[in-house]
Amino acid sequence: MNIHEYQAKDIFTEFGLPVPGGTAVQTVADAVARAEEYGLPVMVKSQVLTGGRGKAGGVKFCPTIEDVKENAAKILGMDIKGHTVNTVLVTPAVDIASEYYVGMLIDRNSKRVLLMASAEGGVEIEQVAKDTPELIFKETIDPRFGLLDHEAMSMGMRLCPDDIKKARQLAAAMQKLYQAFMASDASLAEINPFIFTPEGVGHAIDAKVNLDDNAMFRHPGYEALRDLEAEDPSERAAREANLSFVKLSGNVGCLVNGAGLAMATMDLVKYYGGQPANFLDIGGSSNPEKVVNALEIILSDKEVKAILFNIFGGITRCDDVANGIIAATRQMDINVPIVVRLIGTNEEEGRALLAATDLVPAETMDEAVKKAIELAG
Amino acid sequence: MAIFVDDSTKVVVQGITGRDGGFHTGEMLAYGTKVLAGVTPGRGGQMFQDKVPVYDTVKEAVSEHGVNTSVIFVPPFGAAGAIYEAADAGCKLIVCITEGVPTVDMVKVMPYLEERGVRLIGPNCPGLLAPGIAKLGILPTSIVKEGPVGLVSRSGTLTYEVVYQLSAAGLGQTTCLGIGGDPVIGTTFMDAIIAFNEDPKTEAFVMIGEIGGDAEEQAAEYIKAHVDKPVVSFIAGQTAPPGKRMGHAGAIVSGGTGTAAEKKVALEGAGIPVADRPMDIVPCLQEIWKK
Repeated sequence: MNIHEYQAKDIFTEFGLPVPGGTAVQTVADAVARAEEYGLPVMVKSQVLTGGRGKAGGVKFCPTIEDVKENAAKILGMDIKGHTVNTVLVTPAVDIASEYYVGMLIDRNSKRVLLMASAEGGVEIEQVAKDTPELIFKETIDPRFGLLDHEAMSMGMRLCPDDIKKARQLAAAMQKLYQAFMASDASLAEINPFIFTPEGVGHAIDAKVNLDDNAMFRHPGYEALRDLEAEDPSERAAREANLSFVKLSGNVGCLVNGAGLAMATMDLVKYYGGQPANFLDIGGSSNPEKVVNALEIILSDKEVKAILFNIFGGITRCDDVANGIIAATRQMDINVPIVVRLIGTNEEEGRALLAATDLVPAETMDEAVKKAIELAG
Repeated sequence: MAIFVDDSTKVVVQGITGRDGGFHTGEMLAYGTKVLAGVTPGRGGQMFQDKVPVYDTVKEAVSEHGVNTSVIFVPPFGAAGAIYEAADAGCKLIVCITEGVPTVDMVKVMPYLEERGVRLIGPNCPGLLAPGIAKLGILPTSIVKEGPVGLVSRSGTLTYEVVYQLSAAGLGQTTCLGIGGDPVIGTTFMDAIIAFNEDPKTEAFVMIGEIGGDAEEQAAEYIKAHVDKPVVSFIAGQTAPPGKRMGHAGAIVSGGTGTAAEKKVALEGAGIPVADRPMDIVPCLQEIWKK
């Protein structure tokens, strides 16, 4: 789950990272009230779950109340890469003398948390990684000991070789970031940039955190951080029904058991010149209720002109799945053709059940995909 | 022969009294796998299907039956705890089927396993099936066949699809292994490939990858340098949009890396054919095998 800058900063503040104060607001009047409270100048920053906010004009320096009014009005409601701005963060502006990048992520290769830091702060780190990878310093963190003092300090000194006070502040920030990362079950946590004022005081002025969906059960409070307005309504319905679903823009609705097979099915639709409407992993269950939920979500997309079931009955039995599909289609009023491909355990029984319906049977994945594309027109 | 299992594999199932654990233990027993004990805390003293004694701890199962392998079916919040327990009790192979384990838990578990020389398969995986030898996990036995092909995959049902096609074409398997779709997993593609390469019974193998990470790219480099056996591959997720998690926690294209196209280029650059469609995998393997 991706969260907003102001939410990430709340987590950072909880772990003692030096974050300038700030408040998230939804109206111009509230933005002005906060600016008056903090004192000028302030920054007005759009809160959307995408990068490139600054370039899009969604982050503004405001030296006067007039600027706050004007910019808040402009930014609220703005569209940034398809995301509508509903919230802005009003935060005291700080003078920037130097900028650094400090980030942590799960490194699949070392199977550890990887600390990355660079003196090239404030810009997109992916670009730095591509163009000048030698400017990013890395350290894998042993989870038994955490980020040790000497590791953090040597990283701080690589970033600020001539200023021990700044190196210490960076080292402390890295250790706190690691604590925040582990305690919040993050999959990514970035301070970009961490800045120093001309007086040498460090601040984390931007924050990005992605949280691990698998760990939500032990962070009941984090569910409230989810931006429901930023979520596609069908993806939200799928999440609430415990289905893995991603909306795409095509016309062939796909219901598949298993994530790998679901991806391979989408790929095959595209291979034959069709356009998949979605990714959907219905899981191992043949429960008709789950099939109904999945069909409702897919059919809420009016672009969908045909539906394709691709089910590999391993442990799940094909006759159970066939019964589930039949029960679901009886409960619903469905006006698009449905192609069903069942293979594996009890496939013959499953197909026999389907023969008595107007569902379109297919034997192979290839055949099923071609039929679905043809029926979608 | 197979990889990671043999005739000495003796199994304890953690979570044996749960719905999934119980069902799949029955399937493993039916395939002839030596499931000698089960563990569910608080259920010690019971018998599973009148055949398998249940204990409160893995330690008891090890001391009573000499089990060396654990298959884990406990819910996500207890999965890491179950892995620590199995490793502490002396199991050398742990297969964690559980889906939805927090990644930070897996990061913490790894050094504990490395220190004790324990191999973990998974989590979030279908496990391993060595036809004629043992089934550790949930792969369906009806589709496998004994033979010379190894198969390693990050996915579940897509693996079944490919195994089904291999068996239908008369190509049996030494071992079918699903390593799991999470970002941090125990046994990696690389581990499986090294094992298949060293296994004298495995004459050729298939690698089913998907978007996210760079495990396929690393495997490609290794195969190019060290493997003479025929290898073919398939990568799922060519049409996946960036930044979206495609079911598996690890299946995500982030920062423009981990795409199917990149993986295909790396594999083909290493001389490994990448099938365009799942149904092309078997013909592709047959073609390069002949040469």
